[in-house]
This record gives sequence, C-alpha cells and structure tokens, in this order.
Amino acid sequence: MSHADAANPEVLKAMGELFVSLPHCRTLGFEYLGTVGRKPTLRVQWREDLVGNPATGVVHGGVITSIVDTTSAVSVAANMQDYETIATLDLRIDYLKAATPGKAIYCTAECYRMASQIAFTRAVCYHDSPDDPIAHGVATFMRGSNPKPMLQVEDKP
Amino acid sequence: MSQFMETFDRLRDEKRYAEVIASVPYARLMGVEFGEGDDGELLFSLPFYERNVGNTTLPALHGGLIGGFLENAALLHLMWGRESQEAPKIVDFSLDYLRSGRAQTLYARCEITKQGKRVAHVLIEAWQEDRKKPVAVARAHFLLSAGS
Repeated sequence: MSHADAANPEVLKAMGELFVSLPHCRTLGFEYLGTVGRKPTLRVQWREDLVGNPATGVVHGGVITSIVDTTSAVSVAANMQDYETIATLDLRIDYLKAATPGKAIYCTAECYRMASQIAFTRAVCYHDSPDDPIAHGVATFMRGSNPKPMLQVEDKP
Repeated sequence: MSQFMETFDRLRDEKRYAEVIASVPYARLMGVEFGEGDDGELLFSLPFYERNVGNTTLPALHGGLIGGFLENAALLHLMWGRESQEAPKIVDFSLDYLRSGRAQTLYARCEITKQGKRVAHVLIEAWQEDRKKPVAVARAHFLLSAGS
C-alpha cells in the first residue's frame, strides 16, 4: 500500500496518521493500514470493551459508526490537493450482518465525488473480504468547514 | 431469554441505571449516563471526556462517538420500554450532524415513532446547552425479537 495515487501523497499520509491519532480513535485502537489507489483501509481489533451485546460478544454498532466516519474522512484526504478541514454532514450505515466476535474489523472507503464544497463517500466494513461486508456506509463531508486547519505539519500531535 | 436480558430486566425494574451502563461494555467505555428526566422520559447524558475527542484543535467530540452515543441511547430506550425479548438488532442508522459537539456534556432523547411486531423506528436528538440547538439528529431501525 502506498500514497502514490493520492491527489497529494504528503497530505494523505499526514491526514491518515492524524485521523487515527485523534483521542477517540486511539481509545478504540484504530490502525491506518494504508491506501490502495485512493481507497484507504483502517482496522480495529475485537476487544471486550467494544462489545455492544454481552450476550453475543458482538461489537457495538457505535464502533462501526466511528470507523466508517474516520475511514471516509481519510478517503476525502486522498483527494485533497492541499490541507483542509472537513466536517461530517451526514452518515448512514446499513448493518448487513452481525460482526463475528473475536475477529478484527476492516473498513475501506472511497470518496466517489469531490465537489467544490462537499465530498461524497462510501465505505464497507468486513472481516476477510470487502465482497462479504458486515456494514455499508455512505457519508457527506463539508469541505473547508473551519478556517482553523486540523493539521499544520509543524504542530502535528 | 439470555442471562444478559434477565440481568437487564432486573436492573431496569430496580432502576439501577449505572449498572445497566456497566453491563454494556462500549457504553461504559464512552462514559454514558442515563436516568429519568423531570417528565419521566429517559434522558441520556455523556459528560465530556478527553478520550472522546475527534478534533483536538476546536476541540470537538468525535462524530463517530456522537453516532455511537445516539445509537446506544436508542437501543437502551427500546430495551427499557420492554419492546423486545432480546437486545434489538440495529438494521440501519442515519445521522445528520448539525453543530460540532463541544467540550461539554452531550444529552440525548429518543422517541419511538413506530413500533411494529418485528421492526421499530426510533428518532434520536442530541444537544448540549440549548435543546433548541441540536448537535445531531438521527433515526434508526431495529429488528425486535418476540422471543418464544
């Protein structure tokens, strides 16, 4: 995996690392695995404290929501010419089947339309293959949502 | 009925809110609290914790965390109302972000809009200081289980 195909490889690399380093993403243990073409992939390992239904051990839907939101944001970064701040406008998740307890969850996202003010994304969550998804998510992001940049390379956390 | 649901039912009957949260690992990790508001309806709250931040420069709560909080609120709201024999299964979840979640307590309320035999539709609203200025609104469908 590389960043070579990104609109700006340096921006994608920095934003990808930034997004998984945010406190809530660290809390959940998100890992940025890299980007193929302009489709980034993140992983979250199964953990007891991420469970939503103790009767089954299935991970809470909120963890899926967070990884879809984060991976989708990285896919927008793969299409950025320069650093910019983005904010999620809306997010919809279809839970196609329950995640398997004990197995890591992967999320791969794609920004399929980068308009001047809005970015449109879609994402899938899966265990072994994106062809056998657990969840599907679509989102829109506002571009240039805040004049204060989320990342300046010199004060990167 | 699973042991989890038996425990849940007992905790609900005794209104042991904190122990309900403690029984759902991710709700405990987020730091969710809930109880009955003045009108007797369930009110969910999430005090500010640094571990829930998603934008360190503003700072703001993580959008996914807000989603998880709302989804969890809808789930507990349904379970509290004895709407399902087992924990309802979420089918889909749609969330509109209206304002950034600041470093303050986030509140949520749910409304069951439609309750069928198999599916429930729930509206969820989240706000901080002013209920008239929602941080996010969401809706979810859940599959219910009638049990045997």
